[in-house]
Amino acid sequence: MPAPDDIGILAKTIRNLHFHVPMWFTMIILLIVSFIYGLKYLASGNPSLDSLASSFIKVAMLFGAMGLATGSFWARFTWGTWWIEDAKLNGAAIGMLIYLAYYILRNSIDDDVQRGKFSAVYNLFAFPIFIVLVIIYPRMAETSLHPASGDTVAFSSLDLDNNLRKVFYLAGLGWILLGVWISTLHYRLNEINRKDEEI
Amino acid sequence: MSLSAMAQTPVDDFFYQSGKIYVVVAVLVIIFALLTFYLVRLDKKISELEKSRNEA
Repeated sequence: MPAPDDIGILAKTIRNLHFHVPMWFTMIILLIVSFIYGLKYLASGNPSLDSLASSFIKVAMLFGAMGLATGSFWARFTWGTWWIEDAKLNGAAIGMLIYLAYYILRNSIDDDVQRGKFSAVYNLFAFPIFIVLVIIYPRMAETSLHPASGDTVAFSSLDLDNNLRKVFYLAGLGWILLGVWISTLHYRLNEINRKDEEI
Repeated sequence: MSLSAMAQTPVDDFFYQSGKIYVVVAVLVIIFALLTFYLVRLDKKISELEKSRNEA
């Protein structure tokens, strides 16, 4: 399954599509899961749900960090710079900071119930803002270097024979499953620690 | 502007050669490094848990 080899400044780096892009897909999926657990926690007050929500956000941050690092490196050798003022890049960076603040908030509250409630409510507001920052705001921008933002098109327009798509969907699914699995590992560890403390 | 005209340092030359394929390699290395870092930390936390349980 050949990939296109000569797409302007991208050259063969179009293959990064299978790595850089699924990082963000995974991050968004994990954040959606966390958002749902946050809502469920507010409804039920079950501390396991709070633990799930925070575990998924933690691993989402890992994928976000991998997305930023790979994107920055890719940009250096295609756009010629590690970072540039761009709606997509800045939106993603601010989105990451918003979730970083989630952890600062959590760590600053000692009482379990209060921490759970504050975290869930913060999560409730952070998620829509994150989606606006990484998807809606970059699309509304006038210009951008990043594909599918501002005046640029998505990679699907370059993938004329759909060969990239076949790999990309599988890769995306694989990365998402990996992210979900690591999140559950983190959750299980948290739960053991939490139950030990209860005793 | 051709790729060779953009290249300035030996590092640039390295990543611009062969259709920039080493940029893809580097991206893989970054992901592998960060994933490994995270998993090693998780491993350490599990080890701490085991240790505290054995003591109790």
